[in-house]
Formats: sequence, C-alpha cells, structure tokens
Amino acid sequence: MALRDQTGPDFGDYGGRYMPESLIATLDELSAVYEAAQQDPAFAAELAELHATYTGRPSIITEVPRFAKHAGGARIILKREDLNHTGSHKINNVLGQALLVRRLGKTRLIAETGAGQHGVATATAAALFGMQCTIYMGEVDTKRQALNVARMRLLGAEVVPVKTGSRTLKDAINEAFRDWVANADTTHYLLGTVNGPHPFPTMVRNFHKIIGEEARQQVLDLTGRLPDAVAACVGGGSNAIGIFHAFLDDPDVKLFGFEPGGHGISSGEHGATLSEGTPGILHGTKTYVLQDEDGQTKESHSISAGLDYPGVGPEHAWLRDIGRATYLPITDDEAMQAFRLLTRTEGILPAIESSHALAGALNLGKQLGEDAVILVNLSGRGDKDVETAGAYFGLLDGAAGEGQA
Amino acid sequence: MSGTTVAAHVASRIAEANTHRAGALVGYLPVGFPDLETSIDAAVAMAENGVDVLELGLPYSDPVMDGPVIQAATQRALHNGFRVRDVFTAVREIRSRVDVPALVMTYWNPVVQFGVERFADELAAAGGSGLITPDITPDSAADWIATSDRTGLDRVFLAAPTSSDERLHLAADSSRGFVYAVSTMGITGERKDVDTAARTLVARLREAGAGTVCVGIGISTGEQVRQVVGYADGAIVGSALVRALADGGVAGVADVAAELAAGTASH
Repeated sequence: MALRDQTGPDFGDYGGRYMPESLIATLDELSAVYEAAQQDPAFAAELAELHATYTGRPSIITEVPRFAKHAGGARIILKREDLNHTGSHKINNVLGQALLVRRLGKTRLIAETGAGQHGVATATAAALFGMQCTIYMGEVDTKRQALNVARMRLLGAEVVPVKTGSRTLKDAINEAFRDWVANADTTHYLLGTVNGPHPFPTMVRNFHKIIGEEARQQVLDLTGRLPDAVAACVGGGSNAIGIFHAFLDDPDVKLFGFEPGGHGISSGEHGATLSEGTPGILHGTKTYVLQDEDGQTKESHSISAGLDYPGVGPEHAWLRDIGRATYLPITDDEAMQAFRLLTRTEGILPAIESSHALAGALNLGKQLGEDAVILVNLSGRGDKDVETAGAYFGLLDGAAGEGQA
Repeated sequence: MSGTTVAAHVASRIAEANTHRAGALVGYLPVGFPDLETSIDAAVAMAENGVDVLELGLPYSDPVMDGPVIQAATQRALHNGFRVRDVFTAVREIRSRVDVPALVMTYWNPVVQFGVERFADELAAAGGSGLITPDITPDSAADWIATSDRTGLDRVFLAAPTSSDERLHLAADSSRGFVYAVSTMGITGERKDVDTAARTLVARLREAGAGTVCVGIGISTGEQVRQVVGYADGAIVGSALVRALADGGVAGVADVAAELAAGTASH
C-alpha cells in the first residue's frame, strides 16, 4: 500500500482512540459526518471555493537565494503558508472542520491554542459562520502571545486562560476536552493539530495535505524536478504532515521534521518529543510522549508557544519508526538566528515556529551541497512574535540592535 | 491470585449492601493527597464510616475527566512526590486494616508505562480488587481484558447517557465488579441535581444485561445517595469526599462518609 493511502484509526502501532466513553458517541458522529462529506462533491467544492476566495489559496512559493547563501548554496524554496488569511496554515483545517460543524448542526466552536494561530483561525471561522467560540489557552501562553489574545477577542471569541498543570498547550487541550464532554450536544471541539483520538489525526491531515499537493507541483514547475528535501517544524505536527503527505511515496525526497530543542536536549528543557520521547498515550492517541517512568507527562519548553507540546501526531510517530521521515531538534537560539536571517536577507518575517524549519534547512543545505533543492514550509508569519523577538535581540528600548546577519 | 491477601469481591459486597440496606456507597479519594499516610488513613476512615467499596485514585498529570476539586488534589499529590508504586503500598495497608474491597481508578498511560501485566500482578498481590478506567473503553482495552482475565481482577468500564445500545452491551459484557454509569454529560464535581438521565441510563444498562450498576459524577449528599440507590445498585461519590479531606482532614472525611452512608439505609 502506498504510504499516502494510510488512514486512521491506526498508524502502525500508533493512533487509536483512547477516550472516555462520554465522548465516543460524539466522535462516532463526527467520523460519520466526515466520511459522508468526503463522498460528497459539494463539500469539496464548498471548501475549494472558500480557499480560493477567503484563504487565498493556492499559496505561492518563494525562492530565497540571499538566505540560501548561508545554507551552503543549496536552493531554498519557501511554501508561503504565512500569506494565508489569518497568517498561518491553521486556516486550512479550521475551514474544513467549520464546514463539517455546519453539517453537524452545532453552533459553538471550542479550541485549544498555543501560539494563538489556531485560536485566531478558529475565532475567524466562528465569525465567518456566525458561531459562538471559546478558546482555551495556557496562562503562560496568553502572556507571551498577548497580541493574539486581543485578536481573538476582537473577533468575538471568549479566551479562557488555563491555570492548571504547566499552563501551556497540553493543559489547554485538557480543558477543551472537559468542556467538550459537558457540551458535546451543541459544541464541536475544533482540534488544531494531527493528534487526538480518531478521526482527528486523519481528518486534520487531509485538510492540510493541500499544502504539499500545491507545493509539489509548484516546485516541479519552477525547477523541473522534485526537491531533495522537505523541511517543516513539528509541534503537534499539522503543517509538517500537510507538506510531507504529497511526497510520502517519492522515495528520493527526504523528509525532515524539526522539533523544538529549547535550551538544548542536554538541558532537559525542550519539546523534542520524537527525538527524546517514548511511546505512550496522551490526549486520546498512542504516540511518542515526553514522560517520566511513571507515565506522567513532562513539561515541554520552547521559545515558540506553538511547538511547546509534549506529544505529537501519531502519523509522525509511525513515519519516524519506519524511517520515512527524520526528526531533529533545533534550539531556541538556532531558531531565533534563522528568524533574523530570513528577515534581514529576504524581508520575510517568519513565525518563530517556522523558524525552526528554516534553521533546519540551513543545516541541511550545508550537508546536501550546492545542487540541492530544499522545500521549506513557512507555516506562519512572525507578526505575533515581534515582541518576543524584539526582546530576544534587545530591540525594544529604542537602541539600534546590531545583528550579525 | 498471588500473595497472602485475598481480594474482596466488589460485586458480592455491593449485593450484600443491597440485601441488608438500600444499596452500596462507593467512595473515591486519590492516593497521596495530601500525603501518602494521610490518604491511607482517610481511606480507612471511609471504610469505617459506611463506604462499601473504596475507589482509590491514581494521580495523573492530564486528568481529562476530572473537575477542579479532584484536579487540585491530584496535582498536589504529584507535586508532593507521588509515585505509581505508592498505590500498591496504600492498597496493602488499607486492606490490612479494613475488610473493604479497593478498586484503583486510573487513567491508562501510567498503567501502560508500568506494564499492564506487572501492574495487575502487583495490585492483586497487594489485595486490590481491580481497576476503574475512565479514559479507555473496552474496544481499546484488549490487553487489559486479557490480563484481568488471567489475574481475576475486576474491570470497571464506564457507560454514558449518549452511549448507543450496542455500546451499553459492550460495557455490560466487558465489565466485572460493576458498570460505572456516568450520571450526566460532564466531568467530576458536585451538582445540585443528579441528572434524570442517570435513571434512564441505569434502566438501559439493565436491559443490556448489566448485573451490577453504580452511578457516579455529581453526587455529593446523603439525600442524593438515597435517590440514586433507589434505582441503582450503588452510588459513587468523589469530589465531596476530596473536599472534606482538604477542608477537614481525616475527621472531615469520616463525617462526610457517615452522612453519605446514611443515604444507603433501608427505607
């Protein structure tokens, strides 16, 4: 079977549905409506129309030669998901699920968010479809991404700062599940990444695979061949699976997922789940988890709120184990240096999340050499990160920051 | 069954309560809250004040089915250094002090990481009766079903008001000890009214062949216990007991357990 044809509930030994009985009927209902929508050409047409007239698809690709000079001269091509409406790839999945919610007859959306990108996209869909919206966000993240909190509230969403556990993305997911258990008759949990119980990993991937399908053709048109490598950042893994999927059965295309290395693997303060985690069950799915020997989830650390998560989508766990994709950590500082380098050399301000993929591409270019073509998923834009980056590079006090890019 | 401690039978103890009184009281407290020793004393106090079956919670970092009271308690236990092996210590000591069956309520990942077989063997050796598993369903629990068959441990699965008839049959057929009927759609916590959905769910479970059915979530007073045991075999109380322990220590648990147990008196 082609790797692209793999669907849940199981991805090798991973995936499944480890959930309270109270949510099983809701998940079954969602699966049924999703399967029916997949068979319905009207659904695909509706989503395509929204992408063409609202999201701004297809997103373009941009070759970045001045940036690539720092990558051993390899050609680097960016897939510009940062140019989508709302500023990241997240809108692809949100619009798809929102259309399903309308078919489900539900009127309220809830979602977790880390960096706020998924929360903003969900609040946007709620505004567009006239639905109620509640976003759960770790209290730590509401502080480091305050601008996105304001955006969500402007869009009419209620933003609930989550104060339990590590007060970051994993705890926001717990809180969203608790809301869903109590309110499933009116409410859809618009899960923002390729994890969680079936059907989410398959469904969210399918809503994002348009990224790779477009990019594969765009790179062929530009270069006359497939890329040697595809790079993406991996937190939960939605943008990575979105761009990987079209290339899964192209054996000569290497796939690289770059995880948040935080302060470095040896510091223990990171979110490199596939590099350092072990198989376990978290948030309804079997996958790699950062956990202690008792199975208690460890707190992850990353400068990037969107990657600060101790689990990962089960399809990535499977791709890792079968050797189809390679997952490597990128430290906070490597990501921030790549953030500044792209900004200075190309005039493109990337999200700190996506900057992990850029840093990875710089390393890959040096390994693959001058003739290599590297496709990078620029999954989001960095406007939300200006304050974090400004503080990181000492630019907020009015003094001119002297970078070395 | 290995070891010298023989596990008490949950189903027969609930049956006994239904013979001599109006029904059974199942009481929940997490192990390690506020510390291991106090949690053991508190469980013993529950047993000495009319609780028929103990439900000992295993604190976990991501308890998606728990409300704020239990979350706060289990988070405190973890903060204070709770280890999974403490559950076996607690079960062994509680069983040496009172003749009341003890089930462990646990999210699934800690059991998987400990090893399903090893966990079951240690629990049986400590005199534990089995597991209540809130975040797995029978169709995702093949290894636990096989292991509980080998060890004779009870396995309590949950049933919800939204469960289909087919899934109620699955819960009834797969459970041993009792079936945990979730009274209302939501997470643990005290509620003024235990949803009428519970009465319907219990009736549907009986039709699906469930022998013993206990109702949990939202029950916090003796009066609610009395109402629930009017149609179910037992009432499960958690948050109210955890709150009593947090506010009034072991003596507080004893008082609240006695008040709840009054609801199981014969009419």
